Amino acid sequence: MAQEKIGVYVCHCGSNIAGTVDVEDVAKWAAEQLHHRGVVVARDYKFMCSSLGQELIEKDIKQLGLTRVVVAACSPHLHERTFRTACKNAGLNPYLCELVSIREQVSWVHTDKVAATEKAKAIISGGVERVIWHEALEPLKVPIHPATLVVGGGIAGIQAALEIADAGFPVYMVEREPSIGGHMAQFDKTFPTLDCSACILTPKMVDVGNHPNITLMTWSEVMRVDGYVGNFQVTVRQKPRYVKTELCTGCGICQEKCPKKVIDEVFEAGLGYRKVVYTPFPQAVPNYPVIDRENCTYFIKGTCKACQKFCPTEAIDFEQKEEFIQIDVGQIILATGYDLFDPRKIAQYGYGRLANVFSSLEFERFTNAAGPTGGKLYLRDGVTVPKTVAIIHCSGSRDKNYNNYCSNICCMQSLKFAHLAKEKTGAEVYNFYIDIRTPAKAYDEFYQRVLEEGTHMIRGRVAEVTDAARGTKDEGKLIVQVEDTLIGKQRRIPVDMVILSAALVPRKDHHETARMFGLSCSSDGWLIERHPKLDPVATMTEGIFIAGCAQGPKDIPASVAQGAAAAARVIGKIQQHEIAMEPVRATVDQEKCSGCRICNNLCPFNAILFHEDRMVSEVNPALCQGCGTCVAGCPAGAITGTGFSNEQVLAQIDGLLLHNIKHLEMEAVPVP
Amino acid sequence: MSDQFEPVIIGFTCNWCSYRAADMAGTARMKYAPNVRLIRLMCSGRLDPTFVLKALAGGADGVMITGCHPGDCHYVSQNYKAMRRFLLMRRTLKQMGVEPERLKLVWASAAEGAIFTDEVNKFVEQVRALGSLHWPTSGEGYEQMFAIPEHMIAKEVTP
Repeated sequence: MAQEKIGVYVCHCGSNIAGTVDVEDVAKWAAEQLHHRGVVVARDYKFMCSSLGQELIEKDIKQLGLTRVVVAACSPHLHERTFRTACKNAGLNPYLCELVSIREQVSWVHTDKVAATEKAKAIISGGVERVIWHEALEPLKVPIHPATLVVGGGIAGIQAALEIADAGFPVYMVEREPSIGGHMAQFDKTFPTLDCSACILTPKMVDVGNHPNITLMTWSEVMRVDGYVGNFQVTVRQKPRYVKTELCTGCGICQEKCPKKVIDEVFEAGLGYRKVVYTPFPQAVPNYPVIDRENCTYFIKGTCKACQKFCPTEAIDFEQKEEFIQIDVGQIILATGYDLFDPRKIAQYGYGRLANVFSSLEFERFTNAAGPTGGKLYLRDGVTVPKTVAIIHCSGSRDKNYNNYCSNICCMQSLKFAHLAKEKTGAEVYNFYIDIRTPAKAYDEFYQRVLEEGTHMIRGRVAEVTDAARGTKDEGKLIVQVEDTLIGKQRRIPVDMVILSAALVPRKDHHETARMFGLSCSSDGWLIERHPKLDPVATMTEGIFIAGCAQGPKDIPASVAQGAAAAARVIGKIQQHEIAMEPVRATVDQEKCSGCRICNNLCPFNAILFHEDRMVSEVNPALCQGCGTCVAGCPAGAITGTGFSNEQVLAQIDGLLLHNIKHLEMEAVPVP
Repeated sequence: MSDQFEPVIIGFTCNWCSYRAADMAGTARMKYAPNVRLIRLMCSGRLDPTFVLKALAGGADGVMITGCHPGDCHYVSQNYKAMRRFLLMRRTLKQMGVEPERLKLVWASAAEGAIFTDEVNKFVEQVRALGSLHWPTSGEGYEQMFAIPEHMIAKEVTP
């Protein structure tokens, strides 16, 4: 093999790298000690990723005729593309560039400067050896299916679906509940403008229901995802509604005639009733009811069928079975939302034990004009209007015992509750907070308004809510025990009603969701984005985007923004008609293949075909994802993993162990 | 750090979980021993047993294999294959007279920089306690096994 001409570029990253690693020494060392391996130039520069740094590389490629480039800087996950593009601009195949990490793997994790500098040298040496074996590659182009799957019909999913559908591309929306709308459909007012949640949400829901480009699949769940970006095959389980949607007109007679009522634990948060054949709320989209099989008298006793008798269009079908529907999509947006923290876990706050302690969702339903009390605020007995109300912020958030994170919305939500409680009942309202966090547009102004309304703000984490009265005036009240940290005193405040502003927590099944779509979760359980600041809606898995609270707790404007952002990314991809994929693929050398078929079973994507006639295996590059398991498993060494070949990895090992430098330190190498 | 034995450890990481765990350890400025040098693979399933032997033969005192948690593999289930190979390699190393404790398997997700840091530190101490790796110095075929590839032997190059 002809000697390659290699350029080595060592980045200071300001003082991020240069503070711990002697970068000048490293560059000098590379130029001297790796010269015999083909390093013709080694430079250090303040910021390699800046346009001047990139120009430096481009100039060297053109003037010195470099055939390989090694950049020692940050993680390849951050800037691999930057430097590959720079090489491409200078006429060098981008895959002949290798980025080795001396920031995340050296300067940021080590303190000993000598050891860090030595390690940086070893890492560069590994990169140089590896890059010699690199090949010029071309990205694979695959066609992209124009349809998109949106999982979750809350506000984030709705926004994403509408944006894509309005751009003229087909969307499948899969929602687990009988209606889309998500948590927002349960709320009464939205902060800080206090406009009615239903008034702004329902038109969007109707748009989704009527949009010619949106196929709405409610009462359904995604069961399986196969394929890869551009070409996913998704299996959706359509749960039986026991209602023929093609015949149902949504007239509601079945709901009227159904003789059985059960407590609505989902939509009404356990405060109201619904029929066994039901739509969760009057504005539901789609407006077809479902029959709750668990509670239906017909399914339990075999008689009743009242709904069927009265249905004018004969749409009730007790024989309906679940269906599995296959859909092909090019990209997927996950907007699966959140669950509400169960405040029962904070035993000292008494939720579930003390009748008049309510969760935030219960309060939302109480104040909702369409809720169980028609918008009136009562105690649990359903008649008494509270005269004093306590609202406890951070219930389950910012607490080591439950969740470390801030749930983002509770401050504003609690202030909204304070305003609504005062407006509806004229009660004295006490808000117990740790800190007030109102950073968004018009949020702090709302806080000031609530203060002016006379809400008592008490700074301190509530120790206990109890019904144990110490005097006659506390009798029958709930007592909030708290240290008021602004005056440094313990206080006992008797109230009629306590509202817990519960944390937002990841969906119960977030692990299954992450696995199914090939994503990962943070230690808290939220889905991880590609980059926390610069790429908040993309994920590590190409073609899968996240939006809304699935990514972390956020309010409605932020969810909408993320839904729209994810949609913009999807639309941009669809309009390119094809997607460039990393050419990291396996190929079988048919001369060497012995036809043992060991690789056939190793492949999780069934990408390896076996030719019975010639008794050899072949990799289908469109299905291969490049994991390389078959390469490692082939006993004949017949499979090559492009981009991660045996030669590349073995050479990198030699380089990392500094076998390539001129003056071999023989004592480190146990060669006789 | 003066007289103490400083082992050299080669770490294999998967592109999706453990390499990102290492990135995360960096971003969070966690600290670990500088003895480990990482190689990025697309998947722990890519780990060819040859890589491990090559590293140990070439002067590494220990090898750390890291991948996604079981069930979290970016390529469905390939980390299970890495686990099988790991168990076989430990047995093979033992038969070759090398302490199997020089090979370690760690699962670390992209969010687990702290676990990655911890495991590196523990492993460095473990290998430090074992001391330098001494291969058997005679026997059939050992010369080829430890030979440095010809293309890597230093020679003068005229530019």
